[in-house]
This record gives sequence, C-alpha cells and structure tokens, in this order.
Amino acid sequence: MLELIVISTLNGLLFGMLLFLLSSGLTVIFSMMGVLNFAHASFYMLGAFFGFQLTKWVGFWPALLLAPLLVGAIGMAVERYGLRNTHKHGHVAELLLTFGLAFAIEEIVAMMWGRSPVDYRVPALLDFPAFTIFSTNYPAYKIFMLAVSILIFIVLLTVLKRTRVGLIVQAALTHPHMVGHLGHNVGRIFMLVFGVGSALAGIAGVIAGPALVTQSDMAAALGPILFVVIVFGGLGSLPGAFIASLVIGLIQTFAVALNGSLASAFGPLDPSAGPSVLTDIWNVTIAQVAPIVPYLLLVIILIVRPMGLMGTRET
Amino acid sequence: MHKLAIAAAAALTMLGGAAFAQETIKFGYIDPLSGGGASIGEGGLKTFQYLADEINAKGGILGRKIEILPLDNKTNPQESLVQAQKAIDAGARFITQGNGSSVAAALSDFVTKNNTRNPGKEVLYFNYAAVDPSLTNEKCSFWHFRWDASSDIKMEALTSYMKDVAAIKKVYLINQDYSFGQSVRADARKMLGAKRPDIQIVGDELHPLLKITDFSPYIAKIKASGADSVVTGNWGQDIALLLKAAADAGLKVNWYTYYAGGAGGPTAIKQTGLDHQVFQITEGFANSGHQPAMDFEKAFRAKVNMSLWYPRAVNEMRMFKAAAEKANSLDPVKVAAALEDLKFEVLDGGEGVMRKDDHQFFQPIYISSFGKLAANEPFDEEGTGWGWHLVSKIDTSKTMVPTTCKMTRP
Amino acid sequence: MSAKTISTSTIAERSVGDGLRFYGIWLAGIAVLIVLPLIFSSGGSLTSFSLIGIAIVFALSYNILLGQTGLLSFGHAVHYGLGGFAACHMMNAVVSHGWPIPLPFIPLFGGLGGLAFAIIIGWVMTKRAGTVFSMISLGIAELVASSSLILRSVFGGESGISTDRTALPKILGLSFGPQLQVYYLIAFWLVISAIAMYALTRTPLGRISNAVRDNPERVQFIGYDPHVVRYIAFCFAGFFAGVAGGLAAINFEIANAAYLGAIQSGLVLFSTFIGGVAFFFGPILGAILVTYLQLGLTSVTGVWQLYFGIIFIGIVMLSPGGIAGLIMMHRPLVRAKTLPTVIPSYLLAAVPTLALACGVILTIESIARTHSGQGSPINLFGVAFSPASPVTWASAAILVAGGFFVARLSWRRVGEAWDRAATVARDRGYLA
Repeated sequence: MLELIVISTLNGLLFGMLLFLLSSGLTVIFSMMGVLNFAHASFYMLGAFFGFQLTKWVGFWPALLLAPLLVGAIGMAVERYGLRNTHKHGHVAELLLTFGLAFAIEEIVAMMWGRSPVDYRVPALLDFPAFTIFSTNYPAYKIFMLAVSILIFIVLLTVLKRTRVGLIVQAALTHPHMVGHLGHNVGRIFMLVFGVGSALAGIAGVIAGPALVTQSDMAAALGPILFVVIVFGGLGSLPGAFIASLVIGLIQTFAVALNGSLASAFGPLDPSAGPSVLTDIWNVTIAQVAPIVPYLLLVIILIVRPMGLMGTRET
Repeated sequence: MHKLAIAAAAALTMLGGAAFAQETIKFGYIDPLSGGGASIGEGGLKTFQYLADEINAKGGILGRKIEILPLDNKTNPQESLVQAQKAIDAGARFITQGNGSSVAAALSDFVTKNNTRNPGKEVLYFNYAAVDPSLTNEKCSFWHFRWDASSDIKMEALTSYMKDVAAIKKVYLINQDYSFGQSVRADARKMLGAKRPDIQIVGDELHPLLKITDFSPYIAKIKASGADSVVTGNWGQDIALLLKAAADAGLKVNWYTYYAGGAGGPTAIKQTGLDHQVFQITEGFANSGHQPAMDFEKAFRAKVNMSLWYPRAVNEMRMFKAAAEKANSLDPVKVAAALEDLKFEVLDGGEGVMRKDDHQFFQPIYISSFGKLAANEPFDEEGTGWGWHLVSKIDTSKTMVPTTCKMTRP
Repeated sequence: MSAKTISTSTIAERSVGDGLRFYGIWLAGIAVLIVLPLIFSSGGSLTSFSLIGIAIVFALSYNILLGQTGLLSFGHAVHYGLGGFAACHMMNAVVSHGWPIPLPFIPLFGGLGGLAFAIIIGWVMTKRAGTVFSMISLGIAELVASSSLILRSVFGGESGISTDRTALPKILGLSFGPQLQVYYLIAFWLVISAIAMYALTRTPLGRISNAVRDNPERVQFIGYDPHVVRYIAFCFAGFFAGVAGGLAAINFEIANAAYLGAIQSGLVLFSTFIGGVAFFFGPILGAILVTYLQLGLTSVTGVWQLYFGIIFIGIVMLSPGGIAGLIMMHRPLVRAKTLPTVIPSYLLAAVPTLALACGVILTIESIARTHSGQGSPINLFGVAFSPASPVTWASAAILVAGGFFVARLSWRRVGEAWDRAATVARDRGYLA
C-alpha cells in the first residue's frame, strides 16, 4: 500500500507538472489578452513535431531552443494577422478563430508528418534510470521534465511579480484600458505575450514529445484537459494553474490506482434484477472513471466558484 | 486512386440514373480515408486494390474485372451508412469494411434491413477486421461474413498456447473500456480458468479508450501485482503508450497482445527495446515460413511499399472468387450460399472453413513475438530492423468456439 | 429601415408586399422540399437531402443559443444525441409494447429527450454567459460522452442502440422503409420546426433573448432575470436539437456515442457560424453547405478537414456575419438599385481570387499527395497536375503570390465601388 501511495504521488507529480508546463502559456495569454486560445494544444503539438524534425537535423539540445522560437514566431504571426483583426468582433470571434486554427493545424501536421506516431526519442544523454524506488525505475528524462517545469514556474512568477513587464501584465489583468492610456504599445505587448505563451507551449511539446507519443492527434487528446486546469485554477492565475495542475495530476493517478467500486464497497447487487443503469453505476470502478473526474471537477467549480480556485475575475 | 472516379460516380448518381454499365464488379471499400484512422484505412485500401489487380490480371471473376470503390467513413457509424448507400447507388453489391466494431454492427444491421426491404437488390457485407463476437452471435446476419478471427477465437488460440507454458503463473489483464476490451477480458478469465486453473489473475484493469496520456500509474499497479504476463487487447496509441511506460519503469513481463503489430506498434516496441517480449495473435505474419505466403509478402512489399497487415483480406478476396465460380454467378444470394461451409487453403498454409452457422471463418492462428530477426526471417517491420518470429501455430480445429447465432435465411 | 423619408401610404403598401414576399419565401421553400426528390431520385441524393434536412434543424436549434441569446456552446450535440437515444428507445418500446404510436410522432420524443436533459442541467449551466458557459458546456459534453460508454444499459456501449423504423404501426399505409418516405417525414418536421423556431424569434421571449445577448444588465433593470431567459432559450434549443437527433435516429435506425461527441458539436458550430448567426436563414445556408461539403469533399480529397478549417478561419476573419451576412449586406444596394455599379468590380476581383484559391488548393494537394506517397494527379478544372512535378509547384507559387497581390488590389477597388454605391443608397434613404 505504501509502495502504491509513494509511486502514485510521484507519477501524479510528474503528470501534474507536464500539465502545468502546458497551461502556463495558456494562462499567460489569457491573463494578458482575455483570449482563451483553443489552438494552444496545437502549438504544443507543433513544438513536438518541430522538436522531432530539428532533433533529426541538428540534435536535441539546439532543437530545445529553436523549436520554441519557431512556435513563438508562428504564435506572433497568428496574433498579428489573425487575432488583432478579429478583436473588434469580440471574444467569441477570437475563440472561434483559434478553434478553426486548431482544426487546420492538426490537418497540416497530419499532412506533413503523417498520422502514425513519429519516432521521437529521448536524448541519449538523459536515457538512463535516475533512481529506483520500490523496484520501479524513474527515467532521468522525467526528472528533467520536472526540473524544467519548476524552472519555468519560478521564472514566470518572478517576471510577473518583480519586473516592469510583469507589472504591465498584472495591470492589464484588472485595468486593460488604463495600460493603453498610459502610452504602452498595447498591440506590440499583445503580440509578444502571445508569442511567449505559444513558445511555452512549444517548449512543452519538445520536452513531452519523446516521453509521450508524438502524433497528429496529440493536441486533440490534451486540449480539453488544459482548459480544465486553467479554469479550475482560476483564469489568468499562474499559481492557480500550478496548483490545479498538481491537483488534477494527483487525482488522476490516485483514481487509477484505486480499484474500488460501489459493488466492492457495498456488495454486489441482486443479479436477478437484470442489467440496468444502477448495475452499470454499481459496477464501475474508480479507475474506470478516472479520466472524467477532471471534467466533473470543472463543472462543479464553475457552478460553485466561477472564478476558479485563485482567479480574480469572472469569465 | 479512384477517389475522383467515385466523386464523378457520386455526382452522376446525384443527377439520377445509374451511370455505369455492369461490366465491372463494384466492390465498396468503406473505411476511414481521412481523419485519425486514415493511415489504417489507406493501408487496407492499398491491400484490396492490390488483390483486385491480382485477380484482374488472371482474368477477373467469371470474366468480369473487380473495381474497388474507396469510400471514406471517418470511422463513424452513421457516415458509414451514408457511404454504403453511395456504394449501392454506384452499383456495388459487395461491400467490405474492417475498422471499428460499432461501424461493423451498424453496417451489418443496415445491410440486413436493406436486403429485406429491397429483394432482388441484395448486398453482401464482408468484414475483414471487426472482431466483436456479437457480430457472429446474438447480432449475426446471413448477409455478414467475417474473415478475421473474432476476439474470442483469438483468445481461445492464445489460451491454448498459454496452457502449455509452465512459466506463466500470474496474469494481469489490461484492456480498453469498451465492448472489445471487455470481451477480451471476459474471455481471458473464462478460458484461462478452464484451461489453467492454477494461473492467478492478479489484476483486471479497464481504462478509457484512447484517453490516457501517461500509463505510469497502470504500470505501477502491474508491478505491484507481481504479474509475469500481461494480456491486452489494446490498439493504437493505447498499446504504444502502455509499452513505453512499461519500458521506462523497467517492468519485465511478457506482453500477450492482439494488436501490437498495428500501424506504429512495431516502431513503438523497437523504441522500448522489449526484445521478444511482446507477442501477438494473428492469422498470419510475414515470417511465417510458408513459402507461397512469403512470396506473396515479397511481391506485395515491392509493389505497395508496406507490409501485409491483412493476410485475411487475401483469403477474403480469393474466397470471394472461389465462391462466385462455384455458384457460377455473381448474384449476392448465390455467392452467400456458396461461401457457406466453403473450405479453403489459406494464405499462410493450412485449411480454413467458413462456418455455415454464423458465417465466421476459422483458420490456423499464430502466436509470434517481435524482436531481432533470425537468419531465415527476411522481413522486418516499419524499417525498424526487427520483425515477427514464429512462437506457436494453433490449428483450425483448436480455435473452434461455439456460437449462439440463430440465423434468419432468405 | 428608415421610414422617415417615406410617406405612410408607401409604408402600408410595402408591408403588404413584404408580407406576400415573406409567405412567398416560406411557400417556395416548401415547394422546393416537395419537388427536390422528384428531380434527384437516386438513393444517394435522397440520403443527402435527408441529412441536410436534419442538419438544418440542428443548426437552427443551435442558433437559438449562439445567434439569438449569445451563448457559445461546445456541447450542443449532447441534446442531439440524447434525443436520438430517446427516439430509438421509444421506437423499440412502441414495438415491444404494441403502443399505437406511428413513426411520424417519434421525433417529438426525441425532442422531449433533449428537453429533459436541458431542463436538468440548464439551470446551473446558464447561470453565467460568456466563457464560463462555454467551458461548462465543454465539461458537460465530455462528461456525457464518457458516461455514454459507461452506462451500457441505456446507451448500448459503443455499438449503440439499433431499431427498426418499419416495425412501428403504419399510418396512411406508409411503411417508412423506402428512403423517399423518410425524406418526406424529415422534410415535414423540418418545416414544422423551422416555422416554430422562426415564430420563437418573434415572440417577446425571442426579443428579450436578443436583449440578454446584447446587454444583460439593462435587461435586469427592466425587470427580467437574464438567467431565466437564458435557461428558457437553452431548453428550447435542447428540444429542437433533440428533434433533430430523433430524425437522425429514424434516418439511420441507430443511435450511438458518435451522436453526442465533440465532432458533432463542432460541426453544428461550423454550420451555424459559416451560415451566419445574425439572420434566421443563416444556419440553413450553413447546414446545407457544410453537410454538402462533408459528403462531397471527402470523396475528392483526403484533407477535407483542412479546407473546412481554412473556410472557417476565412469566414471568422473576413466576414464574421457568415454567408447570410454577406448576402444581407447587399440588401440596401438592391433596394436602392445601385447593385449593378458594384458588379463589374466584383467580376474583376473574382478572377485573381479564384486564381489564389486554385493556387492554395494546388499547394495543399501537392503537399498532401506527395507526403502520403499517392502521387495521383490533381485534377483542377479538367487540368491534371502531377503533384511531384516542378511545373505544378511553380504554377502553385505563381497562382498564390500573383493571385494574392492582384486580389488585394482588386478588392480595394471593390471596396471603393461599394462605398460609392452605399453612399448613393444612403442618399436614397436606404440604410447601408
């Protein structure tokens, strides 16, 4: 039992930090621009595929630098030529633009690299078990992922709380118009913020690509859960996203580890009653419903506390 | 690519009237050609086109050439019905499909209704890969024929093999949470229990279909259970990610799988370095050692640049020809009658039979493992340098499972 | 419209004329629905028409939310799917219990299915509009889609619930086996639902929904609770989505998890938005176009989803009013009879725009076909291009670059011509 708890905690931590790596960019964009970027997971996917391609050409470490820059540039272009023009039509139009973009990016990626997973590997330098606990290996690469996530959290938090740029972002969160009146080039700030947010997704892609599967539907698989994380944590709140990532990572892993169902808790139902909704619910295990738990959390938190855990404003 | 031809045909039928004369045998191929399943569907399409070309080169069936009509169903049951209607409009009396049991169930139902409502315009449905046992049991139909071994047949074969491997003591079951995964799990419990009651089932996991991005928690559970073997029906990313997580955590077990050989699977196994620890159950494979099959594989790879995923498709098309010639007719009702109880020498050697009771084809089943190749094994997979190696062959007679099918015949 | 400059008698005349035109459009629509299958009678076209009919009902129901109440839902297919399941279960129950309910009434039960779920979850969902509503709808959609695979006894697992529409009691001697009869059943329900939903927009509820969309605070000031208004609108949308789902269940004789999935929700969003949310007929156009493209495009190209994405992005960026918005933009010009002055510049702009489109298609297809290793020629207006040949690449590049450059210039001309025409229209008393 202790073994399972320790290992589940570790796994939950690792998964949670990956979620944070992804949601940090989304949160930064939202906190600055009020845009829920549906294509964020697509930028993550682009990061993974660029990482894969560049690793083939120039090696993993240069790719870790170049791929996010490329993704960031694409993000800036999307802001400059897409979102900025759509802005006047309101947030719904912006949301829909990124929705269409997510659709298009998935197809383009599938077109360029095919639909099967590509052979994107962990760099040889990090391809060894870092430590073994209860005879389960923990690859060094996962520890590397963990370190990068924490580093990004610290850097982002410092930038947001301690620098002038961060001050503007903070101000924009509560008084977006005032920032413009104070003479800041809001357009350029928006473009840069969107670029940085996309680049963060790109980093997540390069790093997570080898650990998970790099294929053209990876964005669609991870996209919805990101929204859960940032909405749950409170839209626009970086610490909120951090906590929410960890909570969801841990809940998911622990739910998987549990085999309990109502049947195992209260005994099986009378079989003569035949199959019904009740028997379906009775026999389903916690592990089976683990992946839908986050959505349940999302719905509940939005009903009870629409600003999320640490959020400062609604919608 | 006949996509344009199909588009033209569809456009013409939209304008009313059957535009094509009956000189070719239209054979509707309904599988995903866009979206997530496209790579699988395109592979199947190439296989059927190759087989049609092969038959056409030898004069076709009863002097008529086969024409494959590719129809994209996006792995969606409703869309499949629309495409089936398109195929029928274009003059197809035979359709084939494989990906997705939900699609297969919908198609089988559609064809059955279509045939009762339009007597004289019957359509046969050849299923080459949907393995849900219900299709040849409670949902069986006279108009549906299956060439793939259903999941219970595969499990019967697998357990026949596992029965004799004394090293297997503790088995862990992990499957996708939908009807196929559930039938794998139920069959494994039942059949292992009957054949090797001493084997302990130390875990029985169902996880959501194609939703898990990190399998480490599941691997932790498998490890904690002390299992020496894992049986799984997982396919697609669910098998790739599962094996990846296992390799990362250093889990040493044998993997008995249904679909580790699917597109992308071999690449994933090679990445994990699990040399000859991943097994799969198939009706044939590249290095089976049967000369005609090896020759076929060689020619097939040379022409379409992929390995033969579906030896059963070869059996399907060849048996279609045999049945039509036996009936001396291309009338679907007569072809169906001729297919019943038809015995046939399958591609990988040995005799198979299309059982009359449920229209399920029974054939020898192979257990093979994936890893470094021996000298007499020429074929690798997906350019990995690794390939499938024969572990065991289970004869047709040992794969016979009972059926509950009560078929309504025309 | 501006009545200031028009005398009262012309107003009266026009309202009679408008009334005639209004009923004329509806009657013409009904006539088209009746005649259509007589012209195109193949099974495939009947199936296509049936699907388009279902899609129209579904898109119109979605527009009650998006266009009229300003609620962007990512999970509208939940009601559609539940309606489908309700209809299937009802049909099976009718057969097994021998109830005297013929098939044409079944969509009603589909609607009730959709409505029931809307009533249950709507209250908490519509507490807030905007992003919160969108996110809850996303969460609910995921929850229902996942639960549908867990609650097997209701949803039949992933193979779904199948049914036989011909087994129901016959009405007027119709068995509903042939697709033609099903088509007319769908057309019948389409007309009824469209009229009902149009009437809904004319009711005080419809008007107050618009007000809630535009300014909820002011609605509160005049004594309405925006939450209640949103909730009622949500229930209506759920009901008609359920009707559409019920029709789909009749058409396919099966209901399964694909009905309630994200793809279905995305498609209805696409249809409605591409058609145009600001006008009642917008979603109708969108549903026709998207369903037709979805059925037709897939047999021509493997990357149809990319074209979908591009069309969608194009509409969002260039014409947020959708196709209907584009059409209605010209209404003042038509009335002021200044449209002819714009047409030449349109024709001029059409050439480079078409060239640009061809260039984009050529580029996409060459890349797609080269990468998938098919290498089959691209057939563009009867000209075959080989995807691997440099000629194709060069012509694609020229078409894209040249088309883009010239199109920009010529569209600027269109804009100028438009401004002139609009000014004249405004002078003549028609708002532009």
